[in-house]
Amino acid sequence: MTWRSPLAVVRDALSGQRAREKDLRNLVSNLPYEGLDRAKQPNRYFPGNAIKTTKYTVLLFIPMNLFEQFHRLANIYFVGLAILNFVPVVNAFQPEVALIPICVILSLTALKDAWEDFRRYQSDRKLNNTPCFIYSRREKQFMERRWKDVRVGDFVKVVCNEIVPADLLLLHTSDPASVCHIETANLDGETNLKQRRVVPSLCISDPELEPESFNSIVVCEKPDDNLNHFKCYVEKPDKEKVGAGIESLLLRGCTVRNTDHAVGFVVYAGHETKSMLNNHGPRYKRSKLERRLNTDVIFCVILLFVMCLVGAVGHFVWLQSLPSVPPYLVPHSAGLLDSPGLSGFYMFFTLIILLQVLIPISLYVSIELVKIGQIFFITNDIDLYDEETDSSMQCKALNITEDLGQIEYIFSDKTGTLTENKMVFRRCSIMGTEYPHKENAIRLTVLDEHESEEEVIFNQRPLPPRAGWTLDPEDTNPERKQHQPGSQRKSKVSGNAQRDAAFSSPLETEVIPDRKLLQQISGAECGGWQIDPYLDFFLALAICNTVVVSMATAQRQRVNWLSHSSQRNTPLDTLSNLVKRAGSFRHIFTSWQHTPKQSRTLSEDSVIEEDHFNPPVKTEGAGDTNGLQTCSLQTPSQCDKPAATSNKLSYEAESPDEAALVYAAKAYGFTLLARTHDSVTVRLPSGQDLEFEVLDTLAFDSNRKRMSILVRHPITRECVLYTKGADYAIMELLGTPYAEHFSGSQKNIASDTQHHLDCYAKEGLRTLCITKKVVCDEAYESWSVNRQRALAAMENREELIMETAVQLETNLSLLGATGVEDRLQESVPDTIVALREAGIQVWVLTGDKPETAVNIGYACRLLEEEDLVINMSCNNKRTCTSILDCTLEEVRRYNEDPRNVDTTPDISLVIDGRTLTMALASDLQDRFVDLAKRCRSVLCCRVTPLQKSWVVKVVREKLKVMTLAVGDGANDVNMIQAADIGIGISGQEGMQAVMASDFAISHFKHLKRLLLVHGHWCHTRLANMIIYFFYKNVAYVNLLFWYQFFCGFSGTAMIDYWLMIFFNLFFTSVPPIMFGIMDKDVSAEMLMGVPELYRTGQGAGEYTFSTFWVSILDAFYQSLVCFFVPYLAYQDSDIDVFTFGTPLNTISLFTILLHLSIEIKAWTLVHWVIMLGSVALYFIVTLAYSAICVTCNPPSNPYWILQSQMADPMFYLICIITTVVALLPRYMFHVLRNSISPSPLMQARHLDRLVPSSRDQWIKEWRTFRGGGHVKRSGLSTPTSPTLDTPVDIYPQSPTASDIT
Amino acid sequence: MVKQEKEFVNRPDNTAFTQQRLPAWQPMLSAGIIIPGFVLIGLAFIGIGVALFVTSQSIQVLEVDYTGVEQSSPCFKCSDPDVKNCVCKMEFNIDSLFKGPVFFYYGLSNYFQNYRGYGVSKDPNQLSGDLDSFKVPSDSCAPYEYVGKTPIVPCGSVANSMFNDSFKLYQIVSGAKIQVTLDGKGIAWWTDYNVKYRNPSVTPLKNAFNGTVKPTFWSKPAYELDPTDPANNGFINQDFLVWMRRAALPNFRKLYRRITEGDYAKGLPAGNYSLEIAYNYPVLSFDGRKKNEFLGIAYLVIGSMCVVMSIVMLIVYAKFKFPEEE
Repeated sequence: MTWRSPLAVVRDALSGQRAREKDLRNLVSNLPYEGLDRAKQPNRYFPGNAIKTTKYTVLLFIPMNLFEQFHRLANIYFVGLAILNFVPVVNAFQPEVALIPICVILSLTALKDAWEDFRRYQSDRKLNNTPCFIYSRREKQFMERRWKDVRVGDFVKVVCNEIVPADLLLLHTSDPASVCHIETANLDGETNLKQRRVVPSLCISDPELEPESFNSIVVCEKPDDNLNHFKCYVEKPDKEKVGAGIESLLLRGCTVRNTDHAVGFVVYAGHETKSMLNNHGPRYKRSKLERRLNTDVIFCVILLFVMCLVGAVGHFVWLQSLPSVPPYLVPHSAGLLDSPGLSGFYMFFTLIILLQVLIPISLYVSIELVKIGQIFFITNDIDLYDEETDSSMQCKALNITEDLGQIEYIFSDKTGTLTENKMVFRRCSIMGTEYPHKENAIRLTVLDEHESEEEVIFNQRPLPPRAGWTLDPEDTNPERKQHQPGSQRKSKVSGNAQRDAAFSSPLETEVIPDRKLLQQISGAECGGWQIDPYLDFFLALAICNTVVVSMATAQRQRVNWLSHSSQRNTPLDTLSNLVKRAGSFRHIFTSWQHTPKQSRTLSEDSVIEEDHFNPPVKTEGAGDTNGLQTCSLQTPSQCDKPAATSNKLSYEAESPDEAALVYAAKAYGFTLLARTHDSVTVRLPSGQDLEFEVLDTLAFDSNRKRMSILVRHPITRECVLYTKGADYAIMELLGTPYAEHFSGSQKNIASDTQHHLDCYAKEGLRTLCITKKVVCDEAYESWSVNRQRALAAMENREELIMETAVQLETNLSLLGATGVEDRLQESVPDTIVALREAGIQVWVLTGDKPETAVNIGYACRLLEEEDLVINMSCNNKRTCTSILDCTLEEVRRYNEDPRNVDTTPDISLVIDGRTLTMALASDLQDRFVDLAKRCRSVLCCRVTPLQKSWVVKVVREKLKVMTLAVGDGANDVNMIQAADIGIGISGQEGMQAVMASDFAISHFKHLKRLLLVHGHWCHTRLANMIIYFFYKNVAYVNLLFWYQFFCGFSGTAMIDYWLMIFFNLFFTSVPPIMFGIMDKDVSAEMLMGVPELYRTGQGAGEYTFSTFWVSILDAFYQSLVCFFVPYLAYQDSDIDVFTFGTPLNTISLFTILLHLSIEIKAWTLVHWVIMLGSVALYFIVTLAYSAICVTCNPPSNPYWILQSQMADPMFYLICIITTVVALLPRYMFHVLRNSISPSPLMQARHLDRLVPSSRDQWIKEWRTFRGGGHVKRSGLSTPTSPTLDTPVDIYPQSPTASDIT
Repeated sequence: MVKQEKEFVNRPDNTAFTQQRLPAWQPMLSAGIIIPGFVLIGLAFIGIGVALFVTSQSIQVLEVDYTGVEQSSPCFKCSDPDVKNCVCKMEFNIDSLFKGPVFFYYGLSNYFQNYRGYGVSKDPNQLSGDLDSFKVPSDSCAPYEYVGKTPIVPCGSVANSMFNDSFKLYQIVSGAKIQVTLDGKGIAWWTDYNVKYRNPSVTPLKNAFNGTVKPTFWSKPAYELDPTDPANNGFINQDFLVWMRRAALPNFRKLYRRITEGDYAKGLPAGNYSLEIAYNYPVLSFDGRKKNEFLGIAYLVIGSMCVVMSIVMLIVYAKFKFPEEE
């Protein structure tokens, strides 16, 4: 290190600052500068890759931590008081003693901070020392270095399964297609693989990268925290610019998968990487209870001021009334006394110090501890644990647990929240013909029945091959059913074993083809490529998506699937494939592990089934003279090449819909084999592999509501655009019906399809339209130029890209539509009914069509058959206003009519997104909210994520209610953040919702227990604890206050100050904390059984204005008793100050602890230990202190006082009577209230004491008595859904509604 | 199956504690259950109350006010602060025998020994015999810390204001005065005398006080407080100890002597007595007072209340009992 002048250092620092702040950064390779001084390094201004997330350093810990802590108002108050105590004229105690509480609290917090920081330091050090490969010019190869050595401008090699150390611009991969798969689970929790590709046309001496030859300049933008956005271009030496985006960026923290190695150029390092910029600290929310608490703390401050003022004035008056200077008035050193006025003024401050405990500083610390305990219990609840995903409840927000007990409105997403978001392909309509897939429906019914079975059977015995599926509907024979439990369980287990592969349960991956459709396809297969819409339909299903193909077995391992596929197939693989193709879905995970002998038998049967499957293809294919390609591909030799791989394929889709469609296509033989950035390989039913050149992918966005893929057909060489999307987004883009091209029939496919779509929606299916468009080459060329320009644009790139997409997606030809079922999650109807009984309004906000939403609404009992459903859908504001007014009027009339009290059906509102926007406009907002308030349930359809959060905000602010939003997807993030409590469901759609949420659960049904049990408990516990805390402080401090009336308002404490501090810090601090964590007013079973109990917490809940003041008044009463009973007893005696204070302190302890005992509802062993322990601690500490402290702590002289008191029977007599008198009113109040008008909670507690069987009986009776008219329990079976032109007898043994529930 | 095991790493422990299922006692506060308890407590309290009341009744108290506010009082002449070394005599009569041991208290009213500034004004180290504190008393003693530059021992306001009236009690038997022996031993706390307050271990004690002055208000230095008993001097003088234990309330009494020895050990017989008071302490206001029966009455009242309460409870219980309690 050479010496540099300070000026140079400053100049350097300034230019570094400038370089970092610039909007665009020019980065060059470090290699030419290797070994040079730091000053000569081109990228020296950008931070290195070493990270430091610690807040403190060893040396500066104390000052920095203190500075942090003094940001809290409470601490400042405390320190202010301590400082005040150092002012001699006002001090109340020895100044040093006054520092104890603040020191204890500060040092406890500092210890906690230090520990956390140390943990951060350790993890930083571990990360910084992780090995990685950096290219070294000297060694001419990649050398192993540490993460912290990585600098911007380096070339870093990442091998498979390694974590990317910094944000890398991908320059080279081992993959021939120049792609690299990464898993971003570390960043966003999404487990599906994502493809990244090498910056195009930047060939640096392929196949081996030579970093030294890299002499381009990488121009990128300033780092930001958007994980899905990155813009840069690479300027080559010849000034050619190549654009690159997020698709070429490997983010720090991602894991490289399925790619042997990849090399990238470091663009951002260390704290500038996107993952680090995304590392925000935990969010801080303030609970409703805490907000109320703060107002009450202000009341306490006012109370304190009043009391101090009384003391100051009292002191003034007392001094004034003294006839002369008595011997006990101590003058100044100068021998003079202060004037009464000045003394009174000083006394005010002295009393603030003396009575400071009135402001419950320790309350905040206690609340934090209580919440930690509550969260411990919530996260440890085994009933909130999901075995399937091995995930327990997560609490992300640490300080709003009690809000769970006060929820009044729940806003729920539909997909993935109420439903499983496990998409199951159910029906499709092609060219206006409906294919109901009855066989598949039967399969699902059967699967359902067994999924609900609890017992675990590990049936290792291979299944008889006959159990496979055949096309005969009669095959639903008993023999097959008999074996299903075992196989079902087994496949489920295997599904668990490879959970990493998303969406891979047999429920979703297997589709049994529709027989009629199967025949159609096989008929069409030899009919030529250009004209058959059936083939096009399935090709579209297989191609038009972003599904990434990976090998089920090779996945997450260092294996390149391309090399793997070229291996010779083992007979076992072929077998399993054959079995698979025969549709025997139950064997996939097991069959190829069988012993050879069993395999042989399997193969024979499978071949037979294969034949069963294929015959029409063969016969028709043979007779077809035109289908040259098809027939030539039909040769058996073609079959062996690939057959193996297909069953090991695993599809990783960003949305489960896509996966469902790909699996559906696969069931019909259109197997998606591989996808790279510029090609898609599909195997046809005939066994032929077609490789489509992908010209472009127009990704899905929520504005267009569709995605397209532009491919070049390998045979016809046509440019074909396949588009799939929401029906309303597609239908208006349709051109001339496709059918007209090849058939003379003029049937209106669009209207037929629309009819089918409507029926699908009524059935609760999610619909998608599939279209095709042939783009002529000229049109493509001209469009392509625009597209390239848009892609390279630095400004408005997103808008331009979308524009180009819209340009191309016109004049589409409709191929057909699909209906995908999103199954309701387990116990959703139950949960919704329970939540509603708990007095919570449930709103469902969904992006689906109203028909779908309403249907799901009925299925999950959000809507009931007898409900009055108001459907609001209008196109302009005027109609919207009038509809709103009319409905409101009607609803009001309904509600006000006394005859309708019992008979009116509940009103439900269904509103669509467009109308919602109008209704939420500022002038209609009030009316809408008023209407919604009167509705039993509200369904908002076709809403955007922004609207969701808007609805939540409006309801929350207008109605001043506690809201909870629950969702699972990225589209719910806004809503989750807008609500008082956001709950994320860790489901199928990534983790964004969970990341943004306050609590994360794995199923919607857990909401019931979370709110009804934990919410209620947390709320009552904390509310009672806080009230008790206020009471405790007031009751204790007032003892000192009353004494002021007998000591000339001079600020004397009759209790030793150490004991006073200990009283709050040790003797009475643990019981309330335990009370706040562990008290259990009503059992969980009772709370779950009688959801109405939840209503007690809503609104103000347990912590109201009156409860607060009642407890304060009680505190005043008790302190009066605790002071004046001993006062009267010791009046005129020779008792001295601290001997008088000792019984007071003891009485106070007993009163305060026994008061808590009255409040404690359930005494466990822990309660006994802590309560008795507190009493024992008091006596042990006080006795020890009184024995040791001979001259310490003047002016008090505690020596031997408690001992002498305890030798005096008077002491006990006084303690007993005072405690009894102090607690009698509260006790009597409780007893009388419980006896005369017991609260619902009290009644529940009574029932709790009964034996479980008679308790259940009581719950039942109680329910019928209380809410019998309201809660309709009769219709437990879901209402039958409108079925689509399928006679009921099609489903032989299944309940008709099975496809919904 | 190993994999299966591994998969449940996040499963919470299924223990009674973590699942909040610990066996618990759930007391129900309702009328029916608490009646017996109330009756019992009530009766016990009445019993205690009666006992206490009887005991307090048997205590005989006689008070003599010698403040001298009224002109008729023999001590009126002494109430003028300018009069020094004033002695006055109070005559009184005992109707019946005062059973021994008889305790002799002096009482002060509206005297705020509990005044905060007053209580602070002492040096505990000095009082425990620390010679360093003799030379440099604690600042808390100010302004009774130094006279000029000479330290005051014992310093501080509490010591300075020590009660210094002295009493002699005579029984007048047919005109003759028989002095009643007053016992000044053991009137202070044992711990104060033996542990807390210590004289410096210098003999004679007087030498320890070299270079110090007595409190301004005192007539004698600390080492000469009791000329009759050398063990009752310095900081362990019983009267000093009694005074230093500051009274909790503004109206208080402090033990002066006990009558335990001699002819009067069994008590003071009925008759006429004369109290000779060396009136030094300037006290002005005064209030009459009674003997303390409070505790006994309190127990009686609360005990009866409990009994009444249990009757109320019985009514409540009869009217509003829970059905399942039947």
